[in-house]
Amino acid sequence: MRGLFSGTGSLVRLGLRLDRVRLPVWVVVLAILPAGTAANYKSLYPTERSLQEVSGVLTNPSLVALNGPLFKVSLGALTAWKIGVTELILIALVAVFTVVRHSRAEEEAGRLELLGATVVGRYAALTAALVLAGGTAVVSGLLITLGMIGTGLPAAGAVAMGLEMAVTGLAFAAVAGVAAQLTESARAASGIAIAVLGGAYLLRAVGDTGPTWVSWLSPVGWAMRVRPYATERWWVLLLPLALVCGCTAAAYRLVGHRDLGAGMVAQRPGPASAAPSLAGPLGLAWRLQRGLLLAWVVGLALGGAVMGGAAHGLATSGTFTDNQQLMDMLARLGGPKGIVEAYLAAIFGIIGITATAYTVQATLRMRAEETSGRLEPLLTTRTGRLRWAAGHLLFALLGTALLLAVAGVSAGLAYGAQAHDIGGQVPRMLGDALVQLPATWVLAGLGVALFGLLPRLVAVTWAGLIACFLLLEVGALLGLSQWLVDASPFAHVPKLPGSAFTVTPLLWLLAVAAALFAGGLAGFRRRDIG
Amino acid sequence: MSDAITTTGLVKEFGRTRGLDGLDLTVHTGEVHGFLGPNGAGKTTTIRILLGLMRPTAGTATLLGGDPWTDTATLHSRLAYVPGDVTLWPNLSGGEVIDLLGRMRGGFDAKRKAALIERFDLDPTKKGRAYSKGNRQKVALIAALASDVELLLLDEPTSGLDPLMEEVFRQVIVEFSREEGRTVLLSSHILAEVEALCDRVTIVRAGRAVETGTLTELRHLTRTAISAELSGPVDGLATLAGVHDLRAHNSHVSFDVDAPALGEVLRHLTDAGVRSLTSQPPTLEELFLRHYDKAAAR
Repeated sequence: MRGLFSGTGSLVRLGLRLDRVRLPVWVVVLAILPAGTAANYKSLYPTERSLQEVSGVLTNPSLVALNGPLFKVSLGALTAWKIGVTELILIALVAVFTVVRHSRAEEEAGRLELLGATVVGRYAALTAALVLAGGTAVVSGLLITLGMIGTGLPAAGAVAMGLEMAVTGLAFAAVAGVAAQLTESARAASGIAIAVLGGAYLLRAVGDTGPTWVSWLSPVGWAMRVRPYATERWWVLLLPLALVCGCTAAAYRLVGHRDLGAGMVAQRPGPASAAPSLAGPLGLAWRLQRGLLLAWVVGLALGGAVMGGAAHGLATSGTFTDNQQLMDMLARLGGPKGIVEAYLAAIFGIIGITATAYTVQATLRMRAEETSGRLEPLLTTRTGRLRWAAGHLLFALLGTALLLAVAGVSAGLAYGAQAHDIGGQVPRMLGDALVQLPATWVLAGLGVALFGLLPRLVAVTWAGLIACFLLLEVGALLGLSQWLVDASPFAHVPKLPGSAFTVTPLLWLLAVAAALFAGGLAGFRRRDIG
Repeated sequence: MSDAITTTGLVKEFGRTRGLDGLDLTVHTGEVHGFLGPNGAGKTTTIRILLGLMRPTAGTATLLGGDPWTDTATLHSRLAYVPGDVTLWPNLSGGEVIDLLGRMRGGFDAKRKAALIERFDLDPTKKGRAYSKGNRQKVALIAALASDVELLLLDEPTSGLDPLMEEVFRQVIVEFSREEGRTVLLSSHILAEVEALCDRVTIVRAGRAVETGTLTELRHLTRTAISAELSGPVDGLATLAGVHDLRAHNSHVSFDVDAPALGEVLRHLTDAGVRSLTSQPPTLEELFLRHYDKAAAR
């Protein structure tokens, strides 16, 4: 039995060496966000009365759909409510990516085979990946707790918040552990685990605005129901821990029953010759990118419908429009006029950033093709570099447009169906969603520029996207200086609906994107491949 | 005779290291040219420059009368390339990859493709991730050979093939080069393959071409092993220029001799009276090992 795990220690050390920058950065970001939010709320709402007022606004169904319910009127509970979802999603993503990177991705690249022939046991890679991801989650949880205690809020809440985050990280590490055994491709494994996360988020959103029991089906819902700073319910922690045990056991069982390199989902044979459409860079890009695009279309259609559906409840329950102070606060969360409009503007802001994750994935596929050696044979045919790049970039640019359109239409349908105004709401929300497009293209441009000029640093595009997300979510809240907030292209998108539509900033964004594309593609034409 | 490939003084620097250090290479149109050298000698870098995937730091390269960097599209419709390390798309079948590459090259002969799949015994319905290294190489080879091209650039194309398939590969290359004006540049470590296929050979070491010529010419550069039974003792053999590793036992001598000194040494032996004599031509292995060893010793 011991032999099955031998070599785990070396693999953990190797993983720490490989991730020596990545993981510490994540831990620090995860630790800073809650404490920073708490400190800022403290200065924003110094009195009990101001807390009461703002909390009244926050119990409206739209923000509950986004962030979950607010369990108590207190500084700690408000902080946990505001930052909780962001923090939970981030820690789950870190766990998923860490596990997949150190298990299935290594296996797919064939590096694990190299190690597997040495004194590395069958369970070593999975164990090492789980240890790395779990360790990151636990350390993050610990630092979150320490940070929250540092703000002077009750220690019990701080402990509950740290534990909530840590066990959620552990739970998604275990989910990713199972996903990594199911398929032969790391991309698909991450996709499965992230789909579970997205599903958990949506279940919680449905449950929190409708039948409560639905939230109890979701690991994200469990984490919130630990209720830090609002009469903590410690026993709820047992639910994610049970999930950890179940998924870990399943992952080990699966490892024990499969060959190295194989998945659980068997390979079907493909066609002996190619369809006529597979004749050039565009046909190839379609084959390589269609699965990703389809998954995103489904995800954003669901997300748009849930978010749009929640908006109508707001319109019927909103009684806050006469309170100027609260309106100012809401303006921070998205847009200036009317709660429903502010909510929808915030939603479309989030949808814009979310869809950009697809944009970046589709753009950076070019670099993956290059480093894997699959680009080289293509460029020894008549196909030129720019034509090849155009195939993938078409998906990055128009694929994103499709995703935003799908999200806008499904939000419009869900909202319009309740408001009996489908004909009016669908085109309106389609426009509100598509206004995000130029900003997403700027991120695509960043990816192309790095790919053409500094190809080794393409991953910085992800850092740029995460920075945009944090600036949108908490930038104003943390009181960051305006020029930093303005660095995000999403800061310049007109906040629709609600604000006046202005075309100038969009043209500027398009110009920036075009310049980045031009620079990147010029660099790509001139540089060495490989 | 025109040349399919010429490079002069090709230099490629990667940061501080020099991948190529003034490489000269000439491949005549219509020949199969062996490209040999130890790992890291610069073979792959040279091929990548010839394919327009990299730009040389200095020097010039001409391919089929054009510039590989600027005339890529026109040149690439006339050539095919097989990399040493073939990676395929995990979700595309081998047959799909063959068709895709053929179409992107400007069309291919479906009959020839079917015949090649048959000869190489490839299952074209398997997905990319299910193929072994050898089978991935077969996919790339079939894709390259199914197109109607005049130049093949092959970078260690058989390193994963079994002996049976290696034999098929040789036949296919012989058939390819039999037609007028077709050229092959074959980078390889398998000496039997080079010996069987190549008209001329270039040996590279540390980014430079150190020998070029036909195999016969190259053999002249190395030593012949002589073993002789003489009528009487022979004197002064050890002091003759070009004689190495002399072992004498009564009237029996054996030694190695450099090609230029062979005549002088034989005269010396004849003077002493030769009863029997065997001479062994240098093997290709010895030839290469001599050059490879120098590379290691540097």
